[in-house]
Parts: sequence; structure tokens; C-alpha cells
Amino acid sequence: MAGFLARRLANYLVLLILATFLAYALASLTFRPLDALSQRQPPPPASTIEAKAVSLHLDKPIPQRFGIWAEGVVLHGDFGRTVADAPINDELWRRAGISLRLFLAGTVIGVIAGVLLGVTAAIKQYKIFDHVTTLFSFLILSTPVFVIGTLLKVLWLPVNQAAGTQILYFNGESTAGFSGTGWEMFVDRLQHLVLPTVAIAIGLAAVYSRYQRSAMLDVLGSDFLRTAQAKGLTRRRALFTHGLRTALIPMATLFAFGFGLLVTGGVFTERIFGWFGMGDWLIVGVQNQDANIIATVTLFVAVLVLFSGWLSDVVYAALDPRVRVR
Amino acid sequence: MSETTTSTSTPTASPVEEIGAAPITRGRLVLRRLLRNKLGLAGAAVVVLLFLGAFVSPLVYPWDYRTQDDLALLMPPSPEHWFGTTKLGEDLFAQCMRGLQKSLLIGLLVGVISTGVASVVGATAGFFGRATDRSLMWLVDLLLVLPTFLIVAILSPAFRGKSWLLLVLLLSAFSWMITSRIVRGMTLTLREREYVLAARFMGMPAWRIIARHIIPNMASLLIIDATIGVGGAILAETSLSFFGFGIQPPDVSLGTLIASGTDSALTFTWLFLFPAGLLVATVLSVNFFGDGLRDALDPSSRRARSRKGRR
Repeated sequence: MAGFLARRLANYLVLLILATFLAYALASLTFRPLDALSQRQPPPPASTIEAKAVSLHLDKPIPQRFGIWAEGVVLHGDFGRTVADAPINDELWRRAGISLRLFLAGTVIGVIAGVLLGVTAAIKQYKIFDHVTTLFSFLILSTPVFVIGTLLKVLWLPVNQAAGTQILYFNGESTAGFSGTGWEMFVDRLQHLVLPTVAIAIGLAAVYSRYQRSAMLDVLGSDFLRTAQAKGLTRRRALFTHGLRTALIPMATLFAFGFGLLVTGGVFTERIFGWFGMGDWLIVGVQNQDANIIATVTLFVAVLVLFSGWLSDVVYAALDPRVRVR
Repeated sequence: MSETTTSTSTPTASPVEEIGAAPITRGRLVLRRLLRNKLGLAGAAVVVLLFLGAFVSPLVYPWDYRTQDDLALLMPPSPEHWFGTTKLGEDLFAQCMRGLQKSLLIGLLVGVISTGVASVVGATAGFFGRATDRSLMWLVDLLLVLPTFLIVAILSPAFRGKSWLLLVLLLSAFSWMITSRIVRGMTLTLREREYVLAARFMGMPAWRIIARHIIPNMASLLIIDATIGVGGAILAETSLSFFGFGIQPPDVSLGTLIASGTDSALTFTWLFLFPAGLLVATVLSVNFFGDGLRDALDPSSRRARSRKGRR
């Protein structure tokens, strides 16, 4: 078991390096970071542009550039500098923290809600609850995150107006210049967090409830569940200790695949709600034609995706004893 | 699923019909099941309607998507401008139809192309096994680590100002991975079937076995996947266009329309609601149709479950 997980981890490490290199190389090939400088009015002297090119290592081949960047990351934990010559590390941790807060809250709420909805829909198959959840998830699955986010804003505005005060905020992750005790800070952050989290969680819940419903339906008809009830367990106990556990196994795999999707959803949510997280940084990186920012964001995303993949392996092993024997 | 099992176990079809003079082909069977599915049928009807609206209405509707009506800036919906006008006086209905054209075309092309790529890669990996399998699946893993959105966003400055067909290629190039894994899994079981073994021992080259025996046997999965893929591709295209990474002005897509409507969603609601509603209606009906198609082509998936569920 430990060997299996360790081997997986080594494989992931190679994938991590390659994925980052791929993103860096693609960005370096297509971006023209000097354009912003050379198109300035009045045009700067050629020597200035050349000096900029040298400081961005544009005179070296791409693999070597990536080597320099990767060396800084691995040896010094230094993610390089932006095109505007600001150190990336200054922003990295703040942005990563903001994004993680959003992703974590959204994932936990979305997955739990999705699993509960799916299981209930399966138990009450073809009843009104099942039809409503099915319709809801189809509707959400057909609606892009940026529409959901904007709709949440539109729908919440009257509530704020009726209350006469900002119960929940639309913009940013905290009120600018806000100061207070630790508790007040926490409440302020929470007021900002709710709507974006809902925007992320609602989409996840829709996906998970669909899969959880069909996984649970497969389990409901199985012999072992009948056996469990025959030996005297109540239906509820049989469903939750034997049924749900088995029905959760395919979800572990889905979790690993779904994470890339979540990151994309996060980019939109951050932009709609004005959060300056990693997703927002990706857009900034493309706009500023900055390969270092792109590589940093890719590394962040890849670490998250692979970590969730590894986590799903662990969960899989915990739920399904057959994997542990191998 | 094979014809024999499906035709004998269709519970609602009367036995007379089954034995009747006209032989029941698989095509007719699927069509009959499809017609029975109300939601799927409604989805198909809406898709057809949207297609007609997108491609026929520009011919009869008086306003062009580029014309600016300087006498009607930011007007709410009226008999003259069905969906109202933008702040430049452009007719929103004409713009929406133009955007719908682009979104539908892109969705259709990407859905078909990516399913094609997925079936070729998956079948090759599954059929040849060994090093081919390992390297192809490793490539799939690698591409799955990089979200499609990220790659296309990075590459978008390079194709700015070029044809929208490039966007189609780019989207299809990065949306085949998960399907190819499913195809590979199915190929692994198909490979051991007698007719495949027979073809192999008769000396048929591998690519012909894949084209003649493996892929046709997964046709229903591939058709379903392509249909669902259309919905996904429309969402992907609009998402990219929303950030200005996809369709570029002066051309419009539903994504760019929603993007320009988002800022005024709280004040001039129609600018946001019409394109967004149209997008949701499109993807929703494609998904309903895909779901109905799945039930018609592969009824065992649903009936097996519902039978168990009733116990």
C-alpha cells in the first residue's frame, strides 16, 4: 500500500515538472513581452529594449530560460520576477491563500451537498424529490459559472437593499481599510466569502449529485444490501454503513478528474466577484504577456490537481479494501 | 447492447408488434424509443428551432448585427427591436442570433472532432497495449493536469485576428482526454471477442480491425459522447470568449455578448438576460437530447438500474 502510494507520488512529480514546462514553453513561444515597452510613446531607445530583453533572458533558448526559472524555484524558493520587474513571491502567497480559501470552502460544501442530494434522490427514485434534483442539476450543468455568479449578484441585491445594509458583499475578499478585532475581521471575511463560495459549490453539487445518484442506484439493487437487511440491520443502517460506503468509491475517482474543472470555475468566480486570487492572476499574466506568472499559476494548479488525485487514491484505498491488498 | 436482448426485453412494446410482418431494424427500434422520451424530444425540438432561428432569422429580420440605430440607444425590448438595443444602438436580437450561429457551429464541430480523436487514441492504446498504451495514457494524464482553459488562454494571443476555425481546432485538441480513457477501457474487452481474434488470425492489419470492428462496436457510446460534447464545447467557447480569449470583435458570440452585458446586469437587465438565457436554453436542450439519445441507444444502462431500484 505504502509502496503503491509512493510510486504514484513519484509519477506525479514527473507530471508536475512536465506540465509546468509545457505551459512555460507555450507561453514563451506565443507571448511578446517587449511589445508593451516598444509601443510606448515616445518610443524608448533600442538599447533600453535590448536591456529589457536581456533581463528577461529573452536572448536564451526556451529550455534554458525554463532551467533558470526552475532552478530559482527549487533551490531558493524564488519564483522569479514579473515583466514589470516586481518579485512574484510577494504576491504568490497572498493570492494562493485567497484562492485556497475559496476552493476549499466551495469544494467541501459542494461535495457534501452533492453526495447528500444524490443519495436522497436515489432512495426516493421517481418521486418528486428525485425529479426536482434532476431538473436542478441539468439546469445548473447547462449554465456557465459566470452566469451563475452574475445571477447571484442580481438576485441578492434586493435582499441587501431591503435590509438597508450590506449583509453579503459582491466584491473583493475583504473590505478595504477595514480594521477591528479578530472576530470582526473574521465576520467581514465571511460576508465576502459566502456568495463566491455558493457560486462554486452549486456547480459542484450539480455534478456530484448526478453521479452519486447513479452510483447509489447501482448499489441499491445489490445482493449484499439485501443480505445486510436480512441479517437484521434496519434499512437506514444498511443504506448508510454498507450502501453509501460502496457508492462513494466511484466518487473518489470523479473527485480527481473534477478538480481541473473546479480550477477553471474558480478563475471565473474570482473575476466576477473581484477576488485577486490565482485565477485572476492567470488572466493578468496573459494580458501582461508574462511567462513567469503563467508558469507559477500552472505549478499551483498542477500541484492542486495532483494532490487531489493522490488524495482520491488514498480515499479509494480507505473505502475499498481490495485496493489495499494489492 | 445487441439487438436480441433489447428487442425482447422492451416491456411496453406489444408482442404482436415484435413478431409483426415488418422486420424491426435497430434503427427503427432506437427511433421509437427516442420518440417515446418526452424530455429528449423537447430538447431536440428546441435545438432544431434554435438552429433555424440562428440561420434563417438574419435573412428576414430587418436589422443587421453591425448596424447602429442612433435613434435607439439602450432601449428595452420593443416590437421594433425584439431584444432591445445596446449602448451603441446595435440590435440585440440580431447580435444574439449571430452569436448563436457561431456558438452552435463551434460546439458541433468541436463535439464531433474531439470524439473522433478520443476514439482513435483510445482504441489505439487499448488495442496495441504495452508501450503504446502506456505512453498514450501518460499523455492523457499530462493533459489532464493542465486545465484546457489554461492552455487555450495562454495560446489565445497567438491566434488573435485569425480565423475562428483555429479556436475550433484548439478546443478539440484539448477536450478528448476523458472519453479516450473510456474508449480504451471498452477496447480492452472488445479486443478479446471472437470476431476480433478471428480477424487478427486472418491477417487483417491492426488499423483495419480498429476501423471495422472496434470503433463500430462502440458507436452508441461515441454518438452519445459527441452529443454531450457539443454542450460542453459551447460552454467552453463562451467561457473563453467571455474573457476575450475566444471569438474576437467585431465578430460576436454568446460569450462576448454576455461579457458586455454583465457590467450592466443590475441596470439594463436585458443586455445580460437575453444572451445568457439563450445560452442556457441551448446547452440545456442539447443535454436533454443527449440524455434521451443515451436512453434510446443504450437502454440497458437505465432499465437495469430502475428494475433494481424497484425491488
